[in-house]
Amino acid sequence: MTNDVIIVGAGIIGAACARSLAAAGCDVTVVDRGTTAGGTSSACEGNLLVSDKGPGYELVLAQYASTLWKAAAVDLTEQLGPQFPSVEYEAKGGLVVATTEAGARVLLDFAASQRSAGVDACVLDADAAHELEPDLTPGITAAVHYPEDAQVQPTIATEALMASARRYGARLLENTPVTGAILDSAGALVGVKTPAGDLRASRVLIAAGPWSGDVAALLGVHLPVRPRRGELLVTSRMPHRIFHKVYDADYVGAVGSDDSALQTSSVIESTAGGTVLIGSSRQQVGFDARLRVDALSEIAAKALRLFPFLAGAAVIRSYGGFRPFMPDHLPVIGEDPRMPGLWHAAGHEGAGIGLSLATAELLTALMLKRPTHLDASPFSAARASLAPHLKAASYAI
Amino acid sequence: MPSRLLPFCNDSIRPASPTPVTITVNGEPMTGVTGQSLAGVILAGGTLGFRHTSVAGRPRGVFCGIGVCYDCLVEVNDQRDVRACQRRAAEGDVVRSQHDPLPAGPGEATPTPGVTAS
Amino acid sequence: MIQVLVIGAGPAGLAAARAARRLGASVTLLDSSDQLGGQFWRHLPAARPAARERILHHGWDTFQSLSATLESDGGCRIIRSANVFALETAAAGPGTVHVIVGAPDGVGRKRLSFSPDAIVLATGAHDRTLPFPGWDLPGVFTGGAAQALAKGERLAVGRRVVVSGAGPFLLPVAASLVAVGSRVLGVYEANRLPALVRGWLPRPWQLLGAWKKGAELGGYARGHLAHRIPYKLGRAVVAAHGTDRVESVTVAEITADWTPIPGTERRIAVDAVCISHGFTPRLELAVAAGCALTLERFVRVDDRQHSSAPGVYAAGEITGIGGVDLALAEGTIAGHAAAGGTIGDRALRTTVRGRRTFQGFAARIEAAHGIRAGWPEMLTSDTIVCRCEEVTYGHLCETAESTGSRSLRAIKLSTRAGLGICQGRICGRSVEELLACRAGGGLVDGVNTDRRPISGTIRLGELAAAVTPADSYRLTSTSESSKGTL
Repeated sequence: MTNDVIIVGAGIIGAACARSLAAAGCDVTVVDRGTTAGGTSSACEGNLLVSDKGPGYELVLAQYASTLWKAAAVDLTEQLGPQFPSVEYEAKGGLVVATTEAGARVLLDFAASQRSAGVDACVLDADAAHELEPDLTPGITAAVHYPEDAQVQPTIATEALMASARRYGARLLENTPVTGAILDSAGALVGVKTPAGDLRASRVLIAAGPWSGDVAALLGVHLPVRPRRGELLVTSRMPHRIFHKVYDADYVGAVGSDDSALQTSSVIESTAGGTVLIGSSRQQVGFDARLRVDALSEIAAKALRLFPFLAGAAVIRSYGGFRPFMPDHLPVIGEDPRMPGLWHAAGHEGAGIGLSLATAELLTALMLKRPTHLDASPFSAARASLAPHLKAASYAI
Repeated sequence: MPSRLLPFCNDSIRPASPTPVTITVNGEPMTGVTGQSLAGVILAGGTLGFRHTSVAGRPRGVFCGIGVCYDCLVEVNDQRDVRACQRRAAEGDVVRSQHDPLPAGPGEATPTPGVTAS
Repeated sequence: MIQVLVIGAGPAGLAAARAARRLGASVTLLDSSDQLGGQFWRHLPAARPAARERILHHGWDTFQSLSATLESDGGCRIIRSANVFALETAAAGPGTVHVIVGAPDGVGRKRLSFSPDAIVLATGAHDRTLPFPGWDLPGVFTGGAAQALAKGERLAVGRRVVVSGAGPFLLPVAASLVAVGSRVLGVYEANRLPALVRGWLPRPWQLLGAWKKGAELGGYARGHLAHRIPYKLGRAVVAAHGTDRVESVTVAEITADWTPIPGTERRIAVDAVCISHGFTPRLELAVAAGCALTLERFVRVDDRQHSSAPGVYAAGEITGIGGVDLALAEGTIAGHAAAGGTIGDRALRTTVRGRRTFQGFAARIEAAHGIRAGWPEMLTSDTIVCRCEEVTYGHLCETAESTGSRSLRAIKLSTRAGLGICQGRICGRSVEELLACRAGGGLVDGVNTDRRPISGTIRLGELAAAVTPADSYRLTSTSESSKGTL
């Protein structure tokens, strides 16, 4: 059996690409060594954010994604029917606050730059901020409201995109690890080896999140995606007192940072289940999933700076996931110039849920040689900012 | 009042004579015996349903009795999420039923900040 | 000096602490309760001592001697009301145990952490209760709840009570109820005579070795006869009825695989129901420590009670449901080994022999009383499976079918089953079993519901607070902490 496309990875990026390609008429098979949404996609917050992105290519992609999610939430419900759990799309908006004078200046400058890039970033005075979030600390020095920030429940969103892909004809092979490349005599990638047998396709797309570097290595190329661990806390259900996604202004700094040491910054929001999600830490520790109580402690302490009332909230759970970190902070979307037949949709750091739909649209247009909605070259594996991080292809299979 | 404390004078293990402890539950006084759990005092006071659930509004009370199921959660002296089966009653404890309605979903009536139950 | 941290002060933990002290180790014993003894030796609080507590308990003298020895021993630090909320592994040694000390679910409790040379996990077990229609009504209790309230407070959960489920624990539950004045209308053991005979009879001589256990059961049976309580096999409470509280139950005959037999239903008016289908080991700390589990999902231990995690020992119900005598034997061996002793030491000889006898007994309990595959036949589509998040059996099936997911983790996150405040302690295994038989090919993500990195709730303010170094933490004296009120 020959496929048009084999997608390695059944997380949200793989599911979104499978849906988009299958809907466009491609013959698609998704393979995953585990199950749908078994990795980062079920270990994150489900953020669809513009607030944390400064002017640049990632912001453009996020703005495009934001329009796509609005439509997809409706389309998925229609296509999958009322039995399918809701993706819980909610355009609740974000509120970024600073608690120091220095933080206030950085936040206000950042918001001004975002406004110039078309982001709705509305500066609020303290009264207006407290009107949006009455329980917010009185000690805020600046606040910016981002009405475009939204969220989905990431596991359900991934399941929904995959279910939708399958209805368009995509196949899913779970518990099927890719073990190697199948190359033709010219060195082009024409399929992958798995314990269940060879899978052939004219194109192979790596969408394996933080494991994309490992998959790329198996197939014979170097891709500098590294895991970055993020931890979150979940409280017990409580009366609804946090109405937006509320961030400490340092969050913006932590996302864009290259520092590998433990960093934490507050990201706080209520969930549809009535619990409060409190994030998050970022730490480069490889694929080490060990619990780190010091990280949880620091997350807790910072959350209290924004919402002192949370001191009495009961923490019932913590969870963490690996974010696919890229050295130049942009995902790789498109064909790999080093190996014909190899494509990437990887390296979305902490923004994969939000960017998934835009990534899928862009990738589908590139594969089918259609005009793209936005300039794809900044995401190319051949971009200049990535070049210093790419090792020579090994091709040693 | 189906749940009840065995009168100490009838008890074959001969407990020391009890000291009363009085708490209020949703404003009503209830008297138990020193050393009893809040759950024990409330059950013996004739209340089986401690709270209503968040989704279906169904009554819930003590289930596992050993701190595992969290069904008997109450608010004690303004602290939420206290397992009544685990906390011993202290004189004057103010116990209230805890109810945590789900947040209104997208498209439903938007909750008004500032008027949430405190 | 070897530092041994024992978590859990039930029979296994107490025995471990004493054995470790005998070899001269420095011991810290933690328990979440303000009393020693665990669920098994649950008793009236020190604020209300009973002159004849002894008659309620099997092995009360053993408990008295264990607790007296440890409480008077300066080398054993006992910290009551200590909740372990996380266990962090380390590159070397068993890791760091994070604890908050204070009133249960209090605020501003003290945070302590311990990095000992060896940890003995003796965290015990809680009732496994299968879902059935109406099990969420107030007035439906686990057997353990009835037992704890009867023994710990002298409270009868109801006047007219039925006891249902499976296992030898049903009998002590009924006996405790009778002792506090309840009328027990019936005890319904789901398994039938052939299973019980298969479980109990193939090696009757083993019973001689476990004579104490046998006498214990015999005593309960005699109590039942005296009170004329019907003990029926092959029957179960299949539904509880009532609007705001349980008013009646339906008892039906069930087949050998626990499928209810239509036409055999009988309604009984009750004001309380006590259910127990066996026990679930409390594994979160063992899982956090990295201990491998057996196929039956208990902590895998070697003959020294050492788990697969370096420096982590396990004893009691978390290694297999075997009762108090096995727990005492395992605890003694674990404490001895944790303190640097070897299994061949002369002092352990009798204990090691005893452990073998009691282990045989545990296997027979499982053979006779284990849960059978037909139990989901009791459920209707609107039966609540996850009590915290009110997830019904119908919703669970619908979601598994519509997503086509074979991942426990994904289905949990899509339905919220097991995501509530109890963190799947009550529903986890039932959800796993229901989904395994619904999902085509079973669940394939290799995830189970025993993993809980936060092993007990902690307030955000407490988590944010600084840790008090364990060594400088001043212990509450025995007399102070035994006042009972914190």
